[in-house]
Amino acid sequence: MQKKYSWYSLLKAGLSGQDWDQAIPLVEPKSKYDIIIVGGGGHGLATAYYLAKECGVKNVAVVEKGYIGGGNTGRNTTIIRSNYLRDEASSLYEHAMKLWEGISEDLNFNVMFSQRGVYNLGHSLQDMRDIERRVNANVLNGVDAQVVDANEIKQQIPIINITKNARYPVMGASYQPRGGVARHDGVAWGFARAAAMLGVDIIQDCEVIDIEVEQGRVKGVKTTRGDILADRVGCVSAGHSSVLAKMAGLRLPIESHPLQAFVSEAMKPVLHTVVMSNAVHGYISQSDKGDLVIGAGIDSYNSYAQRGNSQIIEHAAAAILELFPIFSRVRMNRQWGGIVDVCPDACPIISPTKVEGLYFNCGWGTGGFKATPGSGNVFAHTIAQDKQHPLAVPFNIDRFTTGALIDEHGAAGVAH
Amino acid sequence: MFLFYCPYCKEEREQNEFSAAGEAFIARPKTPEAISDEDWAEYVFYRTNHKGNHWEQWVHTNGCRKYFIVKRSTISHEILQVEPFGTEISEQES
Repeated sequence: MQKKYSWYSLLKAGLSGQDWDQAIPLVEPKSKYDIIIVGGGGHGLATAYYLAKECGVKNVAVVEKGYIGGGNTGRNTTIIRSNYLRDEASSLYEHAMKLWEGISEDLNFNVMFSQRGVYNLGHSLQDMRDIERRVNANVLNGVDAQVVDANEIKQQIPIINITKNARYPVMGASYQPRGGVARHDGVAWGFARAAAMLGVDIIQDCEVIDIEVEQGRVKGVKTTRGDILADRVGCVSAGHSSVLAKMAGLRLPIESHPLQAFVSEAMKPVLHTVVMSNAVHGYISQSDKGDLVIGAGIDSYNSYAQRGNSQIIEHAAAAILELFPIFSRVRMNRQWGGIVDVCPDACPIISPTKVEGLYFNCGWGTGGFKATPGSGNVFAHTIAQDKQHPLAVPFNIDRFTTGALIDEHGAAGVAH
Repeated sequence: MFLFYCPYCKEEREQNEFSAAGEAFIARPKTPEAISDEDWAEYVFYRTNHKGNHWEQWVHTNGCRKYFIVKRSTISHEILQVEPFGTEISEQES
């Protein structure tokens, strides 16, 4: 059994030559669980954690084909905010934000959540109108948000270029002070460790190759480490959601695309906040380690290849350089891609399916990381009670049939 | 960057000239007033999102501006076949 971390245990392990306990126990799959979560990313692990903590379901397994923190959870640009336009979406993301604010204490694991603020820049009169509309909607929904003009931005971020002769001059921004960043793979490790301490089996290197369905009801999963029976199965596999759905004979309104990001060499503190721009399309922050973390857009074609094309990176780099000419000689360290599951309305699906006992939490597209605790929380309640959590109701897959889409392309941040 | 052989221009051109235009062989319903909401959802939103060899549409935006169909691997990005729009494909692998 693992021990709780405390200042004393950290000091002791630190002084005694790095004598650390195994953070996440390596376990063999049992033959049957009450609930199996497919996908050991942040959302899947958070689901398992809240199932054990809040729903009283302890006989839970998370099956992960790779290793914990090795998928999209460890590949994103770590931005956290909740300033979405629509009531349904902002309620869900604000639910996540409130959980973020207590997450390190709750998990007994420092996820380095840092509320350093997020600026979403506007570059045209229409951008500014949209920003004002979104900020007003946020304030009405109890989400902190304000409109700032170019001079205020310049005061806060002296290195930004707000000259009028830029191709797309900065005219202002929406600012969410409670937004920020967190250590992304730390979030996965923290949830995994906390879930394991509550009795959840975290089974790594275990790929689901088939989902067993009998008479319209899910029976379990076939994996590379044997068959596992389960009463209920929750799929939280981001880019591979359509592949899992196909195993159960289902189709999803989702397409998978590569989303790229890149980081520079580490440098001294130069950017203390998060800056995003939908119009010129780039987003940037500086990690605690000192490297600039820069996100690009998605490649427009379908792909499962975990890599994208060079012109997308060039476009993002050009946007960042126009905003921050000071970075023109920064050397980039590495670049990578992750596969995101994009929904037509840029909002997730948190829903039961036509197969009884089978649930999907997918379609987070380019912006899933910020929702990690909230997504896991509402999905856990949805599975445990076989009834959608009130916040998840608008995100039923039925909305593509009824037409009740939640159009969040404007606030999603990444062009689709 | 991909290189596409445009079946109309009869030349290999860089990807920057082209735009992806989604999954191929999705036909508009023949009787739009008669079909159910489920069928409309299937036509408008639901996609195969195939992992493997995938038939898709591309348009030569900065060239002849015509649509054509491509069989491309969504795992390796290898372009396996390019045909003019409307070509009948017997073996639909998606």
